[in-house]
Amino acid sequence: MVAMNSPLGFKVFDMSCGLLGRKVGMTQVFTPQGEAIPVTVIECGPCVVLQIRTVERDGYSAIQLGFSDKPRRLASRSERGHVAAIDSKRRKSLAAAGVAVAEKADCEPKRFVREFRVTPEEASAFTVGQVLTVSQIFGEVKHVDVVGTSKGRGFAGVMKRHNFHGTCASHGVKKVHRSGGSTGQSTDPGKVFKGTKMPGHYGDAQVTVRRLQVVRADDENNVLLVRGAVPGYSGGFVRVRKTNCK
Amino acid sequence: MQHKLLQAAEASSLRTDALEFEIGDTVDVHQRILEGDKERIQIFNGVVIARRHGGTRENFTVRRIVAGEGVERTFPIHSPKVAKIVVKRHGKVRRAKLFFLRDRVGKATRLTERLTKKGEE
Repeated sequence: MVAMNSPLGFKVFDMSCGLLGRKVGMTQVFTPQGEAIPVTVIECGPCVVLQIRTVERDGYSAIQLGFSDKPRRLASRSERGHVAAIDSKRRKSLAAAGVAVAEKADCEPKRFVREFRVTPEEASAFTVGQVLTVSQIFGEVKHVDVVGTSKGRGFAGVMKRHNFHGTCASHGVKKVHRSGGSTGQSTDPGKVFKGTKMPGHYGDAQVTVRRLQVVRADDENNVLLVRGAVPGYSGGFVRVRKTNCK
Repeated sequence: MQHKLLQAAEASSLRTDALEFEIGDTVDVHQRILEGDKERIQIFNGVVIARRHGGTRENFTVRRIVAGEGVERTFPIHSPKVAKIVVKRHGKVRRAKLFFLRDRVGKATRLTERLTKKGEE
């Protein structure tokens, strides 16, 4: 665990905790040399540490972060109670019995709550209620992984889903130009093998893009610029973490 | 309407010295070319026939005739490689995209010169 002060005056930690964010969209920026870099703009943080998972209590060590405020009227009671102490009979009876209740971040309910696995030593650098900003986490980081939910394609054919070539446009082909063709043999083996690529639901699944170059981490607007594309729609939630790729 | 965070991300890449030219103008585009470690300026002369997109992606297309062959080059407006633009002549045009010039040859490619500023009589 290395803690040091960055030139910007923020405390920078060498850790594997990432940040939560929202994809804003793509654009391009220029380098002073005139090279145009395609970038995805990610609204990244500030994230609040909602909970710290410990090996003793939870069986694993992780940091739970929350991103983007949710109006209280839309949040369930459990969501509200997760981020701030609300009066409840259980809480009173626990207090009366002298049992320590879990620490709360004391913030607004969050729309997007996810955990990042860290080692217990790394976890000790965090406190519940701490606010993490993009330059704190990614100020010194060169490359990141971005985890998002890909665009849903619905029930897609094999050409879109598995990049099949389809069949001929002519040469007597009728009505099956985009079909996958045969899916098996005859009596032997007498079945379609498991895992055969066929039409079906495509997209709307978790996708990770590895090793995207960090172009800029801007605390003023809470924006992270990464080179290249990020899965999902603009406005979709993403998880960003320091990559472990070489 | 562009997202305000996209605008914020682009802000640092937008050029501060706005290039002033209009569609139909005959211009000299001064472009920085890096040869080895020496930089020189290359000039591309022609008629601005289109300007498209917005933000950092905004670009313009310049058309000229080289040895009887039409040549079009598209320059990103906000690229640091575009040093400056010198307007040589204003053309009198009524549309934003002058793609009709592509179908014309010889004398027909000329545009009437406009001697007043746009909006003035």
